[in-house]
Amino acid sequence: MTDPAPLVPADFDLTVDIDHVLSRLHSGMVLGIGGWGSRRKPMALIHAIAESDITDLTIVSFGGPDVGILCARGKVQQLIFGFVSLDVIPLEPHFREARESGSIPMLLELGEGMLVQGLRAAAWGLPFLPTRAGLGSGLLEHNEDLQTVTCPYTRDTLVAVPALPLDVALVHTNRCDRHGNARVLSPDPFFDHLFCAAAREAYVSTESLDLNDAPLHTHLLDRSVVTGVVHLPGGAGFTECLPDYPRDIATMKAYAETAATDSLDAFLAEHRMGRPA
Amino acid sequence: MTPPLLGDVLAVACADAFRGDGAILASPMAPMPALGAKLARAVFEPQLLLTDGAASLQNVHGELEGRMSSEKVFDMALGGRRHVMMGASQLDRHGNQNISCIGPYDLPTVQLIGVSSAPGNTVHHTTSYFVDHHNTRVFVPRVDMVSGVGPRRGARDIRCIITNLCVFDLSGPHGTIALASLHPGVTVDAVRAATGFEVHVPESVSTSRTPTKRELRWLEHLDPRRVLRSRFEPNARAHPHP
Repeated sequence: MTDPAPLVPADFDLTVDIDHVLSRLHSGMVLGIGGWGSRRKPMALIHAIAESDITDLTIVSFGGPDVGILCARGKVQQLIFGFVSLDVIPLEPHFREARESGSIPMLLELGEGMLVQGLRAAAWGLPFLPTRAGLGSGLLEHNEDLQTVTCPYTRDTLVAVPALPLDVALVHTNRCDRHGNARVLSPDPFFDHLFCAAAREAYVSTESLDLNDAPLHTHLLDRSVVTGVVHLPGGAGFTECLPDYPRDIATMKAYAETAATDSLDAFLAEHRMGRPA
Repeated sequence: MTPPLLGDVLAVACADAFRGDGAILASPMAPMPALGAKLARAVFEPQLLLTDGAASLQNVHGELEGRMSSEKVFDMALGGRRHVMMGASQLDRHGNQNISCIGPYDLPTVQLIGVSSAPGNTVHHTTSYFVDHHNTRVFVPRVDMVSGVGPRRGARDIRCIITNLCVFDLSGPHGTIALASLHPGVTVDAVRAATGFEVHVPESVSTSRTPTKRELRWLEHLDPRRVLRSRFEPNARAHPHP
């Protein structure tokens, strides 16, 4: 037997364009967004959603400008979050504006670790996962949906973090081949793999479709959890996407200033954040 | 004699917070706590694990030692092998901290960053706080949204609260805030005036210590030209370090 089998069938091509991703999104969906704060956010895809008719989204995110932009554009029906920050600018101005004007209808605030548990529960098909995080905190007082359980073995009271199943996950990676094998070269993969595993469909935007320069240990997403691959160089916008590019602090500051000047529309018209014209 | 400089006092107070921690992950969330954690590792807590602020572990010279992704940080935290030094927008007498929002939860007057890791940190592992502006807006009778929990709400170990005026611990009655030490030149009355609740003051209160000669040499190495420390010293020019 000398006929070498290809690693992946040659016709197994998951590449799509942004319009295809938009066609898979509907108002009222639960959308998970990868990255962390102002790091490796799928900003080109967020830009496209911001300028679409899609609305009433439930957003699950370790939030940064993704949350800020979607809040400012009135796209968010419910926000499930642990924090929202631009990191170098600690408070996200559009998220602040949305909260302080009461324009986010529903909120589920969780500790970061609780959010991870919710994604894990969804990925594992469990209705909840227990944790000590949240016990004693205001989260249980302000989130009526957040309940505790009693451990059947020790009688300990634990927080039951509800599963956070996602309709669609959007993540941005440094490299992803046409088959949906994604590699993250930046220092921290965050929880992108959990977002994809918790989702019915996952779309990966990527700096490059060529895996050649990416060491095997940077492999993060298996094609079994990836629905579509969008080649979008610069698709993390002004957020950090090392080693391809650092955070663009000047553009981030310009973005932050659009909250006070009510000029986000003009900013989005000028800065397409990796979204092709 | 040159009066002690506040930046030096804060750096060693932050370092002392990590004393005895051993081979656990130090997670200082601001530059001064980070300087303190490095000083602790350099001088008296050599096993401490330090990150570069991203996902690498490094020694005090910046040489890489290992990797620490967010997922591993969570494992360290849930396993109790971590000591975080966080900030606080509000802290109350019971050691409850708030970084979520100010005012009514449903319509906050100021939306902050969100509870982040505070609920999990405080129930799973040692937590300290660093407050750079000690005033009655931070130290309040009751926090608006409990993010990090204090001892009565189940905190594992609130080690200390370091401010620009003093060091607090939770050794007061029923685990409430008590004055542990006053920074040089600060009076009990000044702390009381800047704190929005009754502080427990023990019979004798010590003065926060100043760096040893060895620590000073390390501080010069870790914070050349006092760039970081001098932020806490409005009169630094009047008292140049010898």
